[in-house]
Amino acid sequence: MAKPAKDKAVSTAKKINVHYLTRVEGHGNIIAEVDEAGTVTSCRWEVPEAPRFFEAMMLGRTYHDVHHIASRICGICSIGHQLASLQATEEALGVMVSEQTLILRKLALHGENIQSHLLHVGYLVLPDLLGVDSVIPLASTHREELLHLVKSRAMSNEFCRLVSGRTTHPQRLMVGGMAKLPSEEDLLKLREILVGAVPEMRAVVDLFAAVKGNFPDFTRETEYVGLSSPSEYGLYWGEVASTAAPRRPAALYQDVAREYCVPSSTAKWSKGVEGPYMVGALARFNINSGQLNASGREAAEKLGLKAPSYNPYYISLAQVVEVVHSIEDAITLTDRLLERGVQAEKPQVVRCAPGRGVGAVEVPRGLLFHAYEYDENGRVTHADCVIPTNQNHANIQKDLEALTPLIAREDKAAVELKLSMLVRAYDPCISCSTHRLDLSEGEGLVRFVPAGKAGLKEG
Amino acid sequence: METEPVTLTSNETCLLSAKPRIAFFDFAGCEGDQLQIANLEEKLLDILAHVEVVSFREIKTGHGDDYDIAFVEGSITRPEDEERIKEIRSKAKVLVALGACAAIGGINCLKNFMGEGFYRDVVYGPQAGWYRTYAARPLSAVVTVDAEIPGCPIDRLEFARVVKELLLGRTPWLPDYPVCVECKMAGNVCRFDMGKMCLGIITRAGCGACCVTEGAHCWGCRGLFPTANLDAARQVMDRAGFDRRQVQDLMRFFLGDTRAGL
Ligand code: SF4
Ligand code: SF4
Ligand code: SF4
Repeated sequence: MAKPAKDKAVSTAKKINVHYLTRVEGHGNIIAEVDEAGTVTSCRWEVPEAPRFFEAMMLGRTYHDVHHIASRICGICSIGHQLASLQATEEALGVMVSEQTLILRKLALHGENIQSHLLHVGYLVLPDLLGVDSVIPLASTHREELLHLVKSRAMSNEFCRLVSGRTTHPQRLMVGGMAKLPSEEDLLKLREILVGAVPEMRAVVDLFAAVKGNFPDFTRETEYVGLSSPSEYGLYWGEVASTAAPRRPAALYQDVAREYCVPSSTAKWSKGVEGPYMVGALARFNINSGQLNASGREAAEKLGLKAPSYNPYYISLAQVVEVVHSIEDAITLTDRLLERGVQAEKPQVVRCAPGRGVGAVEVPRGLLFHAYEYDENGRVTHADCVIPTNQNHANIQKDLEALTPLIAREDKAAVELKLSMLVRAYDPCISCSTHRLDLSEGEGLVRFVPAGKAGLKEG
Repeated sequence: METEPVTLTSNETCLLSAKPRIAFFDFAGCEGDQLQIANLEEKLLDILAHVEVVSFREIKTGHGDDYDIAFVEGSITRPEDEERIKEIRSKAKVLVALGACAAIGGINCLKNFMGEGFYRDVVYGPQAGWYRTYAARPLSAVVTVDAEIPGCPIDRLEFARVVKELLLGRTPWLPDYPVCVECKMAGNVCRFDMGKMCLGIITRAGCGACCVTEGAHCWGCRGLFPTANLDAARQVMDRAGFDRRQVQDLMRFFLGDTRAGL
């Protein structure tokens, strides 16, 4: 096992070796070297996570189990994986779900986005902004702020539970409908906790507005990709929008998200229309901010976040905005369900026939695609999952390459912190590193900085 | 596989002395179990008052190598994982397997039924050789495991209870009867009566039969209970008219590494 470097920086020369970046999901390393002259000689983002082979594990499985397998790709966005999986299966098998199911699924997605965003901004990012190494010491130094966060998160857990039955790997969502419906009582309770969370979230917005200045001032313009829907801030469905290309239906996802392998990473990397691109809260904000609801817009204003924003550290701010937006939208959706009354509905009957389907959902970390082919028995013959973090890896690398020279002369601790914060901003979900490569195109390896020094063997 | 509730050695007495230092580690898994711990919210703050967290990569940057209890999530899937888990084992007084992946191999074992060349090729194509891996296995296949908190994901309250028991120097207790018992208590209609399959008949209770209650069926994520009768279970499923493939689908979902042997 590699040991963290313990060199003492006596000159400008320094070696940054963040072996297993913390406060992210999964295992990633940041390696950067600066020579005596202050020149960056190497800089790379590695993913040594154990590969998990989900696309192979789905082969031969029946349509009613596939979304439960997909769920285990990630504990933090298990609902999002289930939803993308269900969309793909339903498209392949020609199943249409009811409006009630749709509303419930949108609610489930809001619940998970809120839960995950709060975990990220509150527990993973905030400690950096307040100069501590974890959320734990904040219990004594920033107790009140922490309690607002803890309470909002508790609300989001309860939200997920009321809608999908369990916060992680839920059991209610199924092909063609819901295995169990929330009762009217549950929905009233949901409405109450959502309304109760509004002041709590105001406090969180104020907190981030106050500490925003501690984010490094760094910008790099890139391609932003996200779902876009004419009727709403695109999350559950829409076309794939890019700041570099015309919109495309989700079925053509391989035109905008082209995956390839790199030797330093068990996770795949992706190229967009022009090259590396960003997905996630900031990409969505840059594409869809015009469709935020009133409270979302107000939060963005308070945080001073304007589209387009090219500062990747502001992904966290966009996440705060989305939480506020999602709470308001969830109240609207709950009201709609309460007005029409929860109808006892049987899930749609599924008729198995060969087919192909693509699902595209905006999960906390960005755009997620699942694509399946089924045989006549309703068993998977081909599966492809393109997860948000894999789409961001190349962009993270590009950001590191742009940022490191700017801060190369700062002391080692500062460089290490800023690079770590940068990767953390993306909220990478590394353990999902399990993805299929489209073999039709012979992709070359990416070049790190400088060309030639690329780590073909992991150091 | 050994699923008996564990008996701790004399290690437990040293846990009583000072504030125990605990650490979290993960191998191949989805980190859903660690998320359950983060989701304890206020209860977590209570637990943190009684322990010192020296390593929890998912939420904390500082890292220490000096710990009493190691909570380990995920399956062992590569040769290099073995070295790391052995090192963790050598430092920990008590090693707790967290979740189905760590305790029984869990969902990762789905790939064990395919040739290694096949699944590597399906996912990585010509670059498959870059990514070494082998059949997924539970921690107990490589090191001694003192206690387990089963489930996919773990039940957060069970986690809190097990931690409490460890801190008190007690042997953590796990139910040794099937999920069916809790399913009856929850008032569910049995899936077999609805013409569906269910693994509650052979699975260790402790989750309150939550999947059945939420409209699905038991998938076996908590592993077999100590005296589970697999032959009888298979007969029940046969007699209920399910074909071999359907039974196999369900048995392999989480139980691929057990002696369930399908
Ligand atoms: S047991 Fe389940 S929740 Fe835990 S790591 Fe494995 S897949 Fe995730
Ligand atoms: S539904 Fe499953 S867990 Fe419940 S009683 Fe029937 S077999 Fe047992
Ligand atoms: S019902 Fe079965 S699958 Fe569900 S949590 Fe309990 S043991 Fe696991």
